[in-house]
Amino acid sequence: MSDVLAIRDLHVSVAGKPILKGVCLEIRRGEVHALMGPNGSGKSTLGFAIMGHPGYEVTGGSIELGGQDLLAMEPHERARAGLFLAFQRPVAIPGVKMADFLRHAVTNVRRPERKEGEELIPMRQFRKELRDQMEQLRIDQEFARRYVNDGFSGGEMKRAEILQMAMLRPKFAVLDETDSGLDVDAVRLASQSIAQIGGRQMGILIITHHEQLLEYNRPSFTHVILGGRIVETGGPELALELHKHGYDRIRAAHPEALADEAQMTAAGIK
Amino acid sequence: MATDLSKPRAADVLGEINKYDFRNREQYVFKARKGLNRRIVEEISAMKGEPAWMRDFRLRSLEIFESKPLPQWGGSIPIDFQQVYYYLKPTDRQGRTWDEVPPEIKSTFDKLGIPEAEKKFLAGVKAQYESEVVYGSLKEDLSRQGVIFTDTDTALKEYPDLLREYFSTIIPPEDNKFAALNSAVWSGGSFVYIPPGVKVEFPLQAYFRINAAQMGQFERTLIIADEGAQVHYVEGCTAPMYSTESLHAAVVEVVAKRGSRLRYTTIQNWANNIYNLVTKRAVACQDALVEWVDGNLGSRLTMKYPSIYMKEPGARGEILSVAFASTGQHQDAGAKVVHCAPHTSSRIVSKSISKNGGRTSYRGLCKVLKGAKRAKSNVVCDALILDPQSRSDTYPYIEIEEQDVMVGHEASVSRIGEEQLFYLKSRGLSEQEAATMIVSGFIEPLVKELPMEYAIEMNRLIELQMEGTVG
Repeated sequence: MSDVLAIRDLHVSVAGKPILKGVCLEIRRGEVHALMGPNGSGKSTLGFAIMGHPGYEVTGGSIELGGQDLLAMEPHERARAGLFLAFQRPVAIPGVKMADFLRHAVTNVRRPERKEGEELIPMRQFRKELRDQMEQLRIDQEFARRYVNDGFSGGEMKRAEILQMAMLRPKFAVLDETDSGLDVDAVRLASQSIAQIGGRQMGILIITHHEQLLEYNRPSFTHVILGGRIVETGGPELALELHKHGYDRIRAAHPEALADEAQMTAAGIK
Repeated sequence: MATDLSKPRAADVLGEINKYDFRNREQYVFKARKGLNRRIVEEISAMKGEPAWMRDFRLRSLEIFESKPLPQWGGSIPIDFQQVYYYLKPTDRQGRTWDEVPPEIKSTFDKLGIPEAEKKFLAGVKAQYESEVVYGSLKEDLSRQGVIFTDTDTALKEYPDLLREYFSTIIPPEDNKFAALNSAVWSGGSFVYIPPGVKVEFPLQAYFRINAAQMGQFERTLIIADEGAQVHYVEGCTAPMYSTESLHAAVVEVVAKRGSRLRYTTIQNWANNIYNLVTKRAVACQDALVEWVDGNLGSRLTMKYPSIYMKEPGARGEILSVAFASTGQHQDAGAKVVHCAPHTSSRIVSKSISKNGGRTSYRGLCKVLKGAKRAKSNVVCDALILDPQSRSDTYPYIEIEEQDVMVGHEASVSRIGEEQLFYLKSRGLSEQEAATMIVSGFIEPLVKELPMEYAIEMNRLIELQMEGTVG
């Protein structure tokens, strides 16, 4: 049961404007799904809605993780239930060291019942785990002392997100455009790392523009989102097609979604 | 004027206020009573057995105090000066039973892990705390190096010439009304002298002085770092400063001679009834560096503006200040840097946090006098307002009389960002934990300069303050 993240007929609005208009998606642990679509199709919105961002209002549908109603949970409860979102543009938390932040995160996610002020995971144990993980991901040890996302380059931000995913070992991870702003080598390293961490235990939804990230993470399923709806689902070959030929065929095949997309673009929705 | 320093006896290096307070006790019948007038000031001086010059200084200061009006800026000070006790002998301090200590104070002590004996002392239940035993070896170290570290009353008796050379030269009684008040009724405080070239490796803590943890109302501290000396002085603690007397007006004078390096750290967590009005000023000579690290939390009203006068070329000053105001608290805090000579540089970093209706203000001055060429100064003042009931203001003053200078000023006001909260929550942190983490990060520039035990306590204190902040 805890093997499935089920999104059913999800409708999401931002500032009163409808963005997602009935998204259906089911992800099992061990599966890699790719979500692709042109700008403004609502890809990031899906990620934020799954995680529970307060600015994204769910107006219909459901999201369940292992049968649990995620929509009834606060973001930190969703994290403790085994959900992870790698942000496209993670915000900086000045003055807070990566190591301290991670120690809190790891403690809470591994001990979902924990109350504030209770003991954190023992320092020595944590330090060792962090050190090992950073070595595996080829991240400089110095990184742990830096302030969270503060003054990080694009590549460093992505690596920090991946490090968190490695430490938190979620059941389901949504990776939002984790390749944008990275050069080819960085994308390759990122996709290798994700493959390393994912294995058979994690269900991954990769929200991406182009196919490169999928080099090491061959998607079991590719979904195409257009105008706030998933209009097509295919296997890995669909991702390849989109990478080569863009979205023209999709747009032609789904005129209603295309109309929605035009509407959203006109309304200035990104 | 050359000062003859006879070797301080080890036992006197960390002096006792009590010894000298009561030497002349038999000669005077002194009843602790309210009010402030010539007679009371004379009696204070007589009780302490002071030389005539100090008595006269006190009396002159009293006149100045009476002639000055209350400041029309900062917070409101609705104190009837005739209703205040200006001199409480340590043993006359009202004994308190452990039961009378407020529960939040007791549980704070528990939470901060303060040992039993220390708890009782801090709460005023026990008259003395035997810190001598704990710090014995440190005392010998210091005396061997010729370091003087005692209380000001003792210093007046044991090192009169040295004290007189500097006393009130940095902050004269005319400076402001509360400096005048302190000058009239001062008692206690630290006297520190570091001989030329001596570098004291460990921080000198006001705690080492017996009775120091019971903060005197009108402490007068004087610290002198001679040429090439280095010292870090730390006062205060994160345990709440609980006092029946609400008016506290301290004066701290600091002299940093050529090439010396002096850091003065204050961590004070004042109870809600306290008016904490302190005048702190340092003079930095050629190539000297003075650093004020100032964490004043709580109090009904705090007015503190640590300042540094860079008197000679190459002098440098740095002021790191944190103010935290909650319900019914007003922190009017800031910093002053005055560049009097060329090639001087200064930096001010002020962080303030207000929550639950608290109020913080930054009031600062950056002044560059004519002739202070190549002066460099940078001011950063950041305010964090945690909710709509709270308030923060900024009153920066910049007075530049010289062309060839670089002066920068940045100010920011923010709430805890929704995006930051969401990011941390998405990693499993509860809302309160996330808010606390963001606030800790906000004051990190100051906390990382504290000695480790203080840093730990400071973070714990922030956690305590943040409890119940978030609905």
